[in-house]
Amino acid sequence: MTKGVVKAIIENLVQVEVSGPVSQNEICYIELGSVRLMAEVIKVLGNIAYTQVFESTRGLKPGAKVEFTEHMLEVKLGPGMLSKSYDGLQNDLNKMDGVFLKRGDYTDPLDEDSVWDFTPLLKAGDKVSGGDWLGSVPESWISHKIMVPFALTGEYTIKSIAESGNYKLTDTIAVLTDEDGNDIDVNMIQRWPVKIPIKCYEEKPRPFKLLETGVRTLDTLNPMVEGGTGFIPGPFGAGKTVLQHSISKNAEADLIIFAACGERANEVVEIFVEFPQLDDPRTGRKLMERTIIICNTSNMPVAAREASVYTAMTIAEYYRNMGLRVLLLADSTSRWAQALREMSNRMEELPGPDAFPMDLTAIVSNFYARAGFVYLKNGETGSITFIGTVSPAGGNLKEPVTESTKKAARCFYALSQSRADSKRYPAVDPIDSYSKYLEYAEVIENLNNNINPNWVESVLHTKDLLLRGREAQEQINILGDDGVPLSYHDRYWKSELVDRTILQQDAFDDIDSSTPMKRQEYMLKLVLDLCEKDFVFESFEEVMPYYMKIVNVLKQINYVKFQSAEFNSYMDDLHKIVEERSAN
Amino acid sequence: MATQAFQKIYTKLNQITKATCSVKATDVGAEELATVGGRLAQVVKIVEDDVTLQVFAGTEGIGTDAEVIFFGKAPTLKVGTELAGRFFNAYGDPIDGGPEIDGIEVEIGGPSVNPVRREQPSELIATGIAGIDLNNTLVTGQKIPFFADPDQPYNEVMAMVALRAQSDKIILGGMGLSNDDYLFYKHAFENAGVIDRIISFMNTTEDPTVERLLVPNMALSAAEYFAAEHNEKVLVLLTDMTLYCDALSIVSNRMDQIPSKDSMPGSLYSDLAKLYEKAVQFPEGGSITIIAVTTLSGGDITHAIPDNTGYITEGQLFLKRDTDISKTVVDPFRSLSRLKQLVIGSKTRADHPQVMNTAVRLYADAANAKTKLENGFDLSDYDERVLEFAKEYSNDILAIDVNVDTDTMLDIAWELFQKYMKKEEIGIRDDLMNIYWKKA
Ligand SMILES: Nc1ncnc2c1ncn2[C@@H]1O[C@H](COP(=O)(O)OP(=O)(O)OP(=O)(O)O)[C@@H](O)[C@H]1O
Ligand SMILES: [Mg+2]
Repeated sequence: MTKGVVKAIIENLVQVEVSGPVSQNEICYIELGSVRLMAEVIKVLGNIAYTQVFESTRGLKPGAKVEFTEHMLEVKLGPGMLSKSYDGLQNDLNKMDGVFLKRGDYTDPLDEDSVWDFTPLLKAGDKVSGGDWLGSVPESWISHKIMVPFALTGEYTIKSIAESGNYKLTDTIAVLTDEDGNDIDVNMIQRWPVKIPIKCYEEKPRPFKLLETGVRTLDTLNPMVEGGTGFIPGPFGAGKTVLQHSISKNAEADLIIFAACGERANEVVEIFVEFPQLDDPRTGRKLMERTIIICNTSNMPVAAREASVYTAMTIAEYYRNMGLRVLLLADSTSRWAQALREMSNRMEELPGPDAFPMDLTAIVSNFYARAGFVYLKNGETGSITFIGTVSPAGGNLKEPVTESTKKAARCFYALSQSRADSKRYPAVDPIDSYSKYLEYAEVIENLNNNINPNWVESVLHTKDLLLRGREAQEQINILGDDGVPLSYHDRYWKSELVDRTILQQDAFDDIDSSTPMKRQEYMLKLVLDLCEKDFVFESFEEVMPYYMKIVNVLKQINYVKFQSAEFNSYMDDLHKIVEERSAN
Repeated sequence: MATQAFQKIYTKLNQITKATCSVKATDVGAEELATVGGRLAQVVKIVEDDVTLQVFAGTEGIGTDAEVIFFGKAPTLKVGTELAGRFFNAYGDPIDGGPEIDGIEVEIGGPSVNPVRREQPSELIATGIAGIDLNNTLVTGQKIPFFADPDQPYNEVMAMVALRAQSDKIILGGMGLSNDDYLFYKHAFENAGVIDRIISFMNTTEDPTVERLLVPNMALSAAEYFAAEHNEKVLVLLTDMTLYCDALSIVSNRMDQIPSKDSMPGSLYSDLAKLYEKAVQFPEGGSITIIAVTTLSGGDITHAIPDNTGYITEGQLFLKRDTDISKTVVDPFRSLSRLKQLVIGSKTRADHPQVMNTAVRLYADAANAKTKLENGFDLSDYDERVLEFAKEYSNDILAIDVNVDTDTMLDIAWELFQKYMKKEEIGIRDDLMNIYWKKA
């Protein structure tokens, strides 16, 4: 293997003089006393390899020895990853000793001694290729597929396969023979370089199926789909993290992967504390059992932060190829972009806008492109839905990370400062935000078939109501309360009705925090019917108190169990209020 | 720091800028400490035998023949229980005439806490200030700045918070503090008779600018010692972080780094996060809480310094002059403590969250009524009453010179509700109304 010697150190950028071949993105280890610091090659010039070190380089001196590994940054994949908390390089944080992180402390992402109940799905003589399911083991409630290593290209024949029974991760569970007659032992572990997408699927159609999140402003107004992409930009404190947490608690996904990328450690602690307590509404198990956390908080090394989103995505691809619906959440992708910026500055590359690297847009696009809905080779389906947050500098959306992401992601959930200030949570701006999927014919068909035949039409109608309400509000603000026709007040308050009872949702209430699609359909119909009504008012002063009364009852409705006795009694109240001023 | 025999000495500088210099040297490590012409310096870049150092006190008068001595280690602080009650400069040398500290030497800016070893913050910090305890409750292990205009009395408020909070140690990190403000803190602590709980690391306006880069890490290393080794509750006060950031930008500009927004280094977010994330609740009971000051320029919170800070800290506190009562209050609208959810209503009385929200809502209604008045509109009876309410609420609860416990704040709020409001204007849950609403 190639060896090298440290020549220059500029914070975590280390130049290494090499004595043999090295490749781009190859991993090497730099000796610093008794510890070995992991680093990645990010540029090669002549016999100098520029490496980014995933740790602090404090105390490192020129002349230090370097060993190259001939492989890129990889993750180790196999059963046992569910519920684990990893750092950006997939070290198991729970296996580390002591309260403080130590440099060069690399721990096993899997539990190599663990034993799994293997059931073969294929038999000797079957032809296979990379990604095919050899067998399965139960991992928590998931049927974890043991797959032919993705790295095996070409066709193989199963020479032998283990019988049903308990095996260790490292036990050989199958022997494959390649076209030249060479045997390959396969166990339950495989490795894959994080910067390269795992393919091994048949095709990737446009996504078409709604992914329920329980968050009404998403599901009803701007739906996310299985295998879709979206992003949540917003100034600090606008509610990005709270929104992602609500999505993760209720989304109709088999698996949630959380990449806490350069954000607060206390927010991850919140997941550690809450998720083991909360029930997954679908399986009745604890939420933690379907969650994997990749945690590279803001004080952890910057280069590992850059790696963390790739680590998370690769683990997502691995589970997707088992035919699962994976939801990947990254908070915040801006911190990843900033990590790229720090490195690019140290390399003295020609900077793009705001000193970000020139190829930022391409990097972001390539990453988002790894999400998607796929048909596997055996006809099963799997998906990765990706939602990232963006933290725009100064809250201004005209900045490189927001703009690059807008080109890549299909859903835009813009959090507005003014909504957050007036506690209109979730602060997703209903007018600026969009879901491109509402334009997909296959999505429209899926929604109308599964919810009701007029669903998309009523959603678009709702958007018009909101827009007309905002226009009316602007006129009222300019011309004064009594300077506009009464109908403007009515129009504005109808949009408020939608906003306050459908869009606004209490993330911390047991019932309101998650609304199943059936209930969302019911509520939208209820509210739209109210909006159709011609209420009779004598003066503009009557409009607000009347609508507030309706809003109050509808809010109470949101807080009680769907179609319970309480629910029905509030409905009766509502009908009485409606009678008061109904003209028709 | 005395020269030791094995230290290597170089005497040929080949480049000098305002804050940095370079020398040909071998066997030097990244971030190593050195002196250049007797001034402390730190290695920031090594390219083969060309070593660039950042000179904390600046390079004025440094000659190309200045002596460069390397120490073979990163900046350190000697920690021990003797730190308590002592005042130090940015290098951790005593400035109070007392003896050198004879403790364990630790490198400052050390590793971070493993996230899975953290405890969720859950212990309330009582300050007696309602703008904090009632509306923006603080919790041990939290990090939160005051976003203040330079003319606001933020140092006074910080000293007050520090003195009232039940902490085992108060560590003051002063960066670019005027000498007057430094003496203010010193006297405030002396008068309160808490000097034995105070540790101070000070860089005043009279000291060189770049030196202040060491201050937060000195303060936080001392904090880690008491919180992790002695399970103590430590409160760290950092003022003024804007001046710290200015020093960062000076160094990065000298290093020819490409600045990002507002001439700040591209790494500003990571640089600040490394400090603020030292706030922690340890499982054994020790904690580090950071209260900082970030001065604003013209109230602009979109500037890179407050903006990046806001993305890191767990909320922010704003001060405001309430002209109706001629007193300073903690602004109930723009201030936010993100960790208050962890304690209010559970560690405090059950009516706390609802009383807090109702009072702030009425205060907002009063602000609207005031605007109406200013625009020459008539006030309704409700407007009149909320204005009266707001005035008393501000004077009896919010004003920072009021010092009462949270239960009393809640009781006063209920009294004011009943004095000015009707039952249906309160909007508090019935089960709480039944207990606290005494009026017929
Ligand atoms: N849906 C919600 N319901 C109630 N309160 C909310 C909601 N969303 C946000 N908040 C309030 O706003 C605070 C900040 O929210 P959050 O941490 O999600 O902001 P953020 O956008 O992630 O900020 P940053 O960019 O600084 O990380 C929360 O602590 C909470 O008090
Ligand atoms: Mg956040």
